Formats: sequence, structure tokens, C-alpha cells
Amino acid sequence: MLPDASNIAKGVDGVLLFIVITGIVIIGIVTFFMIFFSVTYNKRRHPEPDSVQDSTVLEIVWTVVPIGIVLVMFYLGWKNYKFIQGVPKNAMTVRVTGRQWSWLFTYANGKNSGILELPVGKPVKLDITSADVIHGFFIPAFRIKQDAVPGVVNSIWFIPDKTGTYEILCTVYCGIGHAHMLSKAVIVPEADFDTWYNEKQQVPVQANAAAARGEGLIKQYGCTGCHTVDGSPLVGPTYKGLYNSRITVITNGKERTVTADDAYIKLCILDPGVNLVKGFPPHVMPSFKGRLTGRDIREIIAYVKTLK
Amino acid sequence: MEHNTKDTGSVSYLDKTANGRGILAWILSTDHKRIGLLYAMVMFSFFAVAVSIGFTMRLALIEPGHKILSARTYDALFTIHGVIMIFIFIIPSIPAFLGNFFLPILIGAKDVAFPRLNLLSWYIFVIGAVLAVVSLFTGGGPIDTGWTFYVPYSIQTGTNVTLAAFSVFLIGFSSMLTGINFITTIHRYRAPGMKWFRMPLFAWSLYATGWVQILATPVIAITLLLIIAGRMFGIYLFDPASGGDPLLYQHLFWMYSHPAVYIMILPAMGVVTEIIPTFSKKPIFGYTAIAMSSLAIAFFGSLVWGHHMFTSGMSQTAKWLFSLLTFIVAVPSGVKVFNWVASLYGGSIELEPPLLFTFAFIFLFSIGGFTGLIQGALAVDVQVHDTYFIVGHLHYVMFGGTAFALFAGIHYWFPKMFGKMYNKNVARLALLVMFIGFNTLYFPMFVLGWEGMPRRSYDYLPQFHTGQLISIVGSWILVPGLIIMFTNLIYALFKGEKTPANPWGGVTLEWKISSPPPRENFEEIPVITSRPYVFGAEAEHE
Ligand code: HEC
Ligand SMILES: [Cu+2]
Repeated sequence: MLPDASNIAKGVDGVLLFIVITGIVIIGIVTFFMIFFSVTYNKRRHPEPDSVQDSTVLEIVWTVVPIGIVLVMFYLGWKNYKFIQGVPKNAMTVRVTGRQWSWLFTYANGKNSGILELPVGKPVKLDITSADVIHGFFIPAFRIKQDAVPGVVNSIWFIPDKTGTYEILCTVYCGIGHAHMLSKAVIVPEADFDTWYNEKQQVPVQANAAAARGEGLIKQYGCTGCHTVDGSPLVGPTYKGLYNSRITVITNGKERTVTADDAYIKLCILDPGVNLVKGFPPHVMPSFKGRLTGRDIREIIAYVKTLK
Repeated sequence: MEHNTKDTGSVSYLDKTANGRGILAWILSTDHKRIGLLYAMVMFSFFAVAVSIGFTMRLALIEPGHKILSARTYDALFTIHGVIMIFIFIIPSIPAFLGNFFLPILIGAKDVAFPRLNLLSWYIFVIGAVLAVVSLFTGGGPIDTGWTFYVPYSIQTGTNVTLAAFSVFLIGFSSMLTGINFITTIHRYRAPGMKWFRMPLFAWSLYATGWVQILATPVIAITLLLIIAGRMFGIYLFDPASGGDPLLYQHLFWMYSHPAVYIMILPAMGVVTEIIPTFSKKPIFGYTAIAMSSLAIAFFGSLVWGHHMFTSGMSQTAKWLFSLLTFIVAVPSGVKVFNWVASLYGGSIELEPPLLFTFAFIFLFSIGGFTGLIQGALAVDVQVHDTYFIVGHLHYVMFGGTAFALFAGIHYWFPKMFGKMYNKNVARLALLVMFIGFNTLYFPMFVLGWEGMPRRSYDYLPQFHTGQLISIVGSWILVPGLIIMFTNLIYALFKGEKTPANPWGGVTLEWKISSPPPRENFEEIPVITSRPYVFGAEAEHE
């Protein structure tokens, strides 16, 4: 079942229920009469058709009554949507950037994160935008969705009112990694949030601090949308066992074998057009020239080294 | 093929000695009936391909974890499926096939106003369709943008969007020419005495459709050209970096593509409006209301495109206005449904296959309509937009609606078009299988979408597995149903029993001429003295 974990959810569910029930009743009536007439006035029982006159009264009734019904539906839909305006003053703002194919959440203190961590019961305003093509930012459990459009900032606000972990999905098709453009909204008690919020940028989960930063970077820059670390190929080759392995690549249309050393990996990241790994599609891996610094790349390589 | 044309002594449009042999006699024919069938052949060939693709995509989702098709393949498949189904199948389906064939006959004309233009439209359509196929194998390969070609992705992707967009442009052009042709035909070529309100309602629906085709198609034509310009010459109007707005593209796209939904559904409504009187042996209930509701749908339908963009980022005013208009446009559709059902009251009903298909249409279309209302409600649309809910909804409307009405129309007019009858019990069986398969396939999508399954995804989270499985099983039922239906019809085309000119006891003009119709439709143009659908002593039963 779909949880309702925000202040919006109940209202949305109510509108849905109202329209569904009205629909069942009306389609039920229509279907009933379709069958009932087919039986009652079947040719076998009723060989001669009656003469039935058009009825203006009926036409007016079944025009006006449905108008009334749909106006109620419209009103309910609007009333439960208006929330998008009037952001509370105390709302915490988080900037959401969609990119092929990951989400980046930037907090007021400059903290960057690949997951959306929020305190329970506090209003949040999300400023949503995109770094490349259009994405759709969607948290089903909260009943919120907003497209991330490049050059535009769209805002929504809500109050997450239950702790827990909820899926974040991308709903606007954005290329090969669309289906895996996933993240999580983690709703925690305020105290836990504050600790998380104020702690240092990257948790050193590994002994090697550079590798730990590298791990953070490949998530932050969406490499994991195309590359796994567990040995299974996704859109691109896996990082597992990549370092110092022998790889068949196509360079200028010719096949050759190279060793995946630091220089090779760096080149792959900055200028992926040069060496195409055999068996993978060209023009898919984006260039990160200008987006990743030399240090970033060293840290990524440090992380890749750890994946034996 | 032997054809029985002796009843009236005139020569059938299918007759080989009189019309010439071979393929040239078809592809150079300006006879609206032959052109209608030419469209049918192209459409149904593409339909078969697109159904197979749909079936494959379903199958590929049998397990989460992207094991069967790669992302690149899946993305290409859903785009091709959509482009074929929307632009090459559903949009031309009823108007270009049944409309071409029956519009002139229904209004007592010998042909459409511009027979040569009509043939030209078919050629443009075919060239467009062929280019769409060519686009798969040239340039960067099959497009992966979805049939909506949203920018900036469609500008950025390396796939062959340029050619594919051009092919859709051509197909749109063809559809517009058909619209012009039909409108002129209706204005100028009605039989003497056929006043506007004596016109059969299928003609009314094509008239409303024609206006939408003429007015809306240029918008998408220009929009697609803008994409092509953006890709080829870097003249890119939607780029935020240079002051453009990607949402402008969406506005332009839906300004056409939403009315296009009515290009798809209005003729479908027209078809079932012809069928119901014939099988209840009673005039249609609320003729005027039905005719006017077509115009109302065409009018309001042109003003609701924004409801595809509630989550894109529009002003609040635009949102509530589009939402309100969306609800309003539902009303005339409702009026039609009520009138159809009321037309059965007091009739003398025969549950022949065309009427049963019509019932299936009414039921499925109503579900499509109501799920449309769910999406029209702003608060709920936020949840279901761009999810499987939309996929379910659009299949209920386009497949359950338009395609089922097309099937109803084919079963209704088959004996007229070919002078032969299919096996009615097999047709009923096919309908039953398709109906069960259809609902098993598409209904779970509403639940999946509500729970958050995004559309156009080659992989999904494990919690969506059950829903996906049910839906996949549905495709295993629906496709055999389609195969039974088409086999039955194709068999009848060659081996079907000969049938009299008016097997259903219909009273509109097509039933007053021989089957298959004579080349010029009427030896003598009939003079119309009453409204259509008058059954009575003079109505001939055979
Ligand atoms: C759009 C999907 C995509 C994204 C995002 C992506 N890559 Fe790639 N990557 C590929 C593909 C496909 C290949 C193989 C084809 C090629 O060589 O161009 C590849 C190849 C590579 C290779 C060479 C691997 C080998 O086995 O030789 C490296 C290293 C690499 N990518 C690193 C990265 C890093 C680091 C990032 C993030 C900063 C990243 N990629 C983001 C798709 C992607
Ligand atoms: Cu996305």
C-alpha cells in the first residue's frame, strides 16, 4: 500500500475517492441500463420498436447535472492543490537539481547530498530545477510531483509528517538512465536531522579518505546511474575490477587493448569520445570536462581502486 | 474475388474488369472507397508492428532488474510504439479509412470534393510512414524521445529525431488535407434536400474533426520544424540559456496534440452513433444534442491543452483555468453516452457483433473518461501525472475508445464494403477475449500509477512486480483476441458468405445501394426528405 506521509496526502486521497465513487456510480448506471435495455427490448421479446420522442427536458437534465458534478470535482481538486501557494515563513528551503541521472539536494548551509534528508513535522520548500534536460521530481508517498526544468525554478512546499524512508523517482523521460534516476527521502526526528545537517560533508566510511570522497562524488555526479560497483554492467561497464584490468577499446575505429590505469580513466572521464569500450554504445557517456576537478578525478580513481 | 453486383446492375468499385487489374488500378485510383482501403492497408500493417512492439515491451517487464531488454532498446521501442500508434494508426484510422469510404455515401455524393487531393494525401501519408521507418535505420538510429519529442532532450539526444519529426510533420500535413477535403465535401456535396440537420451523425463528427485537423495541425507542424531547425542549424528557440523556454515547446506541442485526442475520438463517437439506431431499429435519441456536442467538444477541446502541463510549471491562474475547462469538456462526452443508452430504450434490439463492440466501446470509453476527470483534478493529477496511470488512461481512451469503435465500424460496414459476411460467433468470441484481455492489461496500470510507477521505464522497483505481472498476463489474452478478430475478417474477405445489400436493416443511404457499392456510389443522386434514422414501413428488411 502507498503510505500517506505528508500533510497533503489525505486531501489528495479524498478527492480521488470522491471522483472514483462518482465514476463507479455513473458507469454502473450506464452499464446497467445498457444491459437492462438489451434484455427488455431484445428483438425476440420486443419485435416492434416503440416510437420515442426526443426530450429537451432530459437533455437539459443530463447536461446540467453533470456540470454540477464536475464543478464539485474541479473545486475539490483546486482546493486541495492551492497549498502550493503561500509557503509558510518558517519553511526550510532545499534546492533540488535533477541531472542525467541523479538528484542533488543542496541545503541552506551549502551541504550537498544525494538523498533528501528532512526533519519530521517541519515545512519544507523545494526549489526544483534541472542541469540538463527536463526531469520529473516525484515522491509518491507525499503526493508531490514537480518537473525539473532547465533555466526555471519551480517551487513546492509540504510537511513530511511521518518518519521513514520514501522513494524518489523521476517521471519525465530523460534518457537512458531514466528508470534508475532514483533517490530516497529520509524523514527523521528533528534532533537527528540537526546532527546530520551539521556534520561534515562526507562520512569517512572507508579508511582511505580520498576513496570515501570519490564514492560520494560518483553518486553526486550521477555516475552510478550508468556504472555499478558490484560487477554487473548497466548502461556502461562496472567499476568493479576495472582498475589495472586489460580492456578492449575502439580508438579511431580500430580495436586495441589498453590497461585501465590512472591516465586511461582520467581520459575516459574528460574525453569519453577517444576510447570507446567495446560492446557499449557510443555518445552515451557524457564528458565531465569542466565539471570535475583534477582532485575530484583522483579521488574517484582512488575509490575505483578499492573495488576489487 | 467474385463480387455480387447483380442486384442493381451497376459495377462494383472492386470489379476488376471495369476498374482495371493490378496494383496500379489501386494506387492510382481516385475513388474514395479505394483510397479508404489503401489507408486501411497501411494503417493495419503498422498496427500489427506496433502491437508486437507493445507485446514485447510488456514481456520485457516480467521481472524487475532490467534483464531482458537494454535501456536503449526499450526506450526506442516505446517511442516507436507511440509514434506508430498515435500518428500512423489512431489519428488517421477512422477518418481516413471509414470516413473516406463512407462520408460521400452517407451524404449522397459520388466522391469527396477533391478526389485527386485525396489520393495525394494518401501518398503524403505513405511517404511519412516510410520515412518514419527509414529513420530507424539511419542517422543515430531509432529515436528514444517518446512520441512527445520533449525538448531539450529531443535536441540533445544522438538518435535520429530529425527524420522522425519530419515524418510526423508529413503525416500531419496529410491529415490536414483530408480535413480540408471532408469539410468542403460536406459543405458542397450533400444530396439535394440533405439539410445540415438531416445529415447522419457520422458526417457531423467528421465535420467537427475536420475543423480541428485544419486549425490545430499547423501548430504541430511548425513546432516540429522548430525542433528540426534546432538540431540541424542550431536555431534553437527553446533554449533557456539564450532566453528561450522549454515549456513553450510543451505549450505548442499540446496545443495540437490535445485537440488531436479529439481528432481520434470524435469520429469514433460518430461511428457508434450510426450503429446504435440500426440495431435498435429506432432513430437516435437526441440527434441535435449529439450533433451539437461534437462541436462543443471540438471547441472546448481546443482550449484544454494545459492539462498536460500541471506539473511543468505554469501560473496558478493557468492551472485552475485549464483544470476547469477540462472538466467542462467532459460534459458533452457524457451527453453523448446518455443519449446512446437512451436510444436503446423502447427499441427492438439485435445483439449483433457491431452493437456488442459498441457496448464495449461505451464501457471502456467511460472508464477512460472518468480517469481523465481524475487527472483533471489538480490535486490528484500531481500524483498520477507521467505515471502508469496516464498510460492506462490513454489506452482506455484510444484503444478502448477509438480502436474499439473502429472495430465496431468495421464489423458494421464490412458486408457493405465487401459484400460478404464474417462469422458472427467468432466475432463475438474475439470481442469477449479482447475485452477480458484489455481490462487485465490496462486496469492494473491505474493502481501501479497511483502507487508511483513512472511511465517510460525499462526497469522498476520490486513493489510494482505484481501489478506488472497481471498486466503482462493481460497482453497474453488481448493479443490472441486481436488475432482471432483479424483472422475472422480476413477469412471472410476471401471466403465469406455473400450477403444482401442491407443485412442489418439499416436506413442510412449506404444501405440503399448494392454491396459492394457501385463505382459512382449512386446511379441517381437520392433526394432527401427527412432526418436520418427513420425506421418504419418503408425501411426494407431483408
Ligand atoms: C549516461 C551514462 C553514463 C554516465 C552518467 C557516466 N558514464 Fe562512464 N561510461 C558510460 C558508457 C556507456 C561507457 C562505455 C562506453 C565508452 O567508453 O564511452 C562509459 C565508460 C566509462 C569509463 C571507462 C570504463 C571502462 O571499463 O573502460 C569510465 C572510467 C567512466 N565511464 C567513468 C565515469 C564517471 C567517473 C562518471 C561520473 C562522473 C561516468 N562515467 C558517468 C556511460 C556513462
Ligand atoms: Cu529524469
